[in-house]
Amino acid sequence: MQEQDVILQSRRLTVYYDSKKAVTDVDLDVARNRITSIIGPSGCGKSTLLRCFNRMNDLIPSARVEGQVLFDGLDLYGHDVDPTEIRYEIGMVFQRPNPFPKSIYDNVAFGPRINGFQGDMDEIVEKSLVRAALWDEVKDRLKSSALSLSGGQQQRLCIARALAVEPRVILMDEPCSALDPIATLAIEELMRELSEEYSIIIVTHNMQQAARVSHYTAFLMVEEERVGFLVEFGESRQLFTNPEDERTEAYITGRFG
Amino acid sequence: MVRADFDRSLEELQGELVGLGEMVEKAILKSMKALERRDLAVAYEVISEDDQINEKRFELEEKCIDLLATQQPLAVDLRTLLAVLHIAVELERMGDYAEGIGKICIIIGDDEPAPTPLQLPQMAKMGVAMLRGSLQALVERDTDLANDVWDSDDEVDALYDGVCNQIFLDMGEHPKAIEASTHFLWVAHDLERIADRATNIAERVIFMVTGKIGRYKPPEERE
Repeated sequence: MQEQDVILQSRRLTVYYDSKKAVTDVDLDVARNRITSIIGPSGCGKSTLLRCFNRMNDLIPSARVEGQVLFDGLDLYGHDVDPTEIRYEIGMVFQRPNPFPKSIYDNVAFGPRINGFQGDMDEIVEKSLVRAALWDEVKDRLKSSALSLSGGQQQRLCIARALAVEPRVILMDEPCSALDPIATLAIEELMRELSEEYSIIIVTHNMQQAARVSHYTAFLMVEEERVGFLVEFGESRQLFTNPEDERTEAYITGRFG
Repeated sequence: MVRADFDRSLEELQGELVGLGEMVEKAILKSMKALERRDLAVAYEVISEDDQINEKRFELEEKCIDLLATQQPLAVDLRTLLAVLHIAVELERMGDYAEGIGKICIIIGDDEPAPTPLQLPQMAKMGVAMLRGSLQALVERDTDLANDVWDSDDEVDALYDGVCNQIFLDMGEHPKAIEASTHFLWVAHDLERIADRATNIAERVIFMVTGKIGRYKPPEERE
């Protein structure tokens, strides 16, 4: 990968919860305007690693991060970096859709309002909903409660809410695990479209999803001695048809352990 | 996470593929026996037995499709299923060439307008050896064996060129045998194609083992 094609880099990234390691020495390059999947068995540190990319681990009192995360060269854990600012640039979508108990409109307008946005709010709401492929379904009921939407629609609303503050990166933590297969495919389709403008990192348990949707895949593993270390990283096409490491082969063919 | 059922299905599938290979091998040898001995009864057997080869190919294809749909295989499992799917088609086509030779035997009939060129049984023998080698390479996941099959194809091609030249000469010298010679040309063509198909199988074995899709490379250009 060329230097200019990399938006996020972790260098010797290690995360502890109290004295227990959850991620060990991870060096990962995240490609700009591409989708990168993080896969691996339960407890291998996927979500912990993901949360390092927008300092969400700061909200967990026992978590401690060592090493570096560079965002276009800026050390995210530098002294003068405001984590809240970072989270506008690097948005997040969670496992379960978590819309606020407000109207559809207010959910999307929430971030820009907090930011003190002075421009045309209607425009930003519409633009975000269009980008999240939800506009046509909700344009006639923007004042309805977000909770009246289906699970898949709620997740797309959460994506619209993340897009409204104009991030450059979107982190997704198992964004489809609470959705049915059709809603899942809709989100995957949306991710492909969004990757033209945004860089996306997705944590998923669903290997077929990682294979379908992502350009690059990182495989993390946990062993008795070591937790959350990177086994293999590469183009998804290569990793899922002909992985280099036999541990990756064992995991993706379901013969792990 | 173990996949005992899936592993068993994959093994059975490869066993059945080898079984199909044995049916094809038998068909090729029988068709040559029919040709050399001008034995029409054997020729008719080869033709009628081709249906079983076709059926087996479709059966294997269906099993591959079932496993692809239900197991969502990845990595070596995916490559194995794709290789089996491809190889089953190659084998079935090899069976068609044997059937074709059987049909030529019937056209030639049981009289002897011209002797069978000696290179033909030799080509058949080599084709069968290549078929066996390619399937052994599959079972043993052995790329060296697969490469050997590739290398043998040059020898078959040389035999093919030789037999064609000889048949053309025969045509000039024995105009009465032109019709039979034309048929022998077809047999030579079928045997040459059988060897080509064996190299296709070897190619698929290399893909299955290494994940690399590629055409034949001579030994000095290999990694």
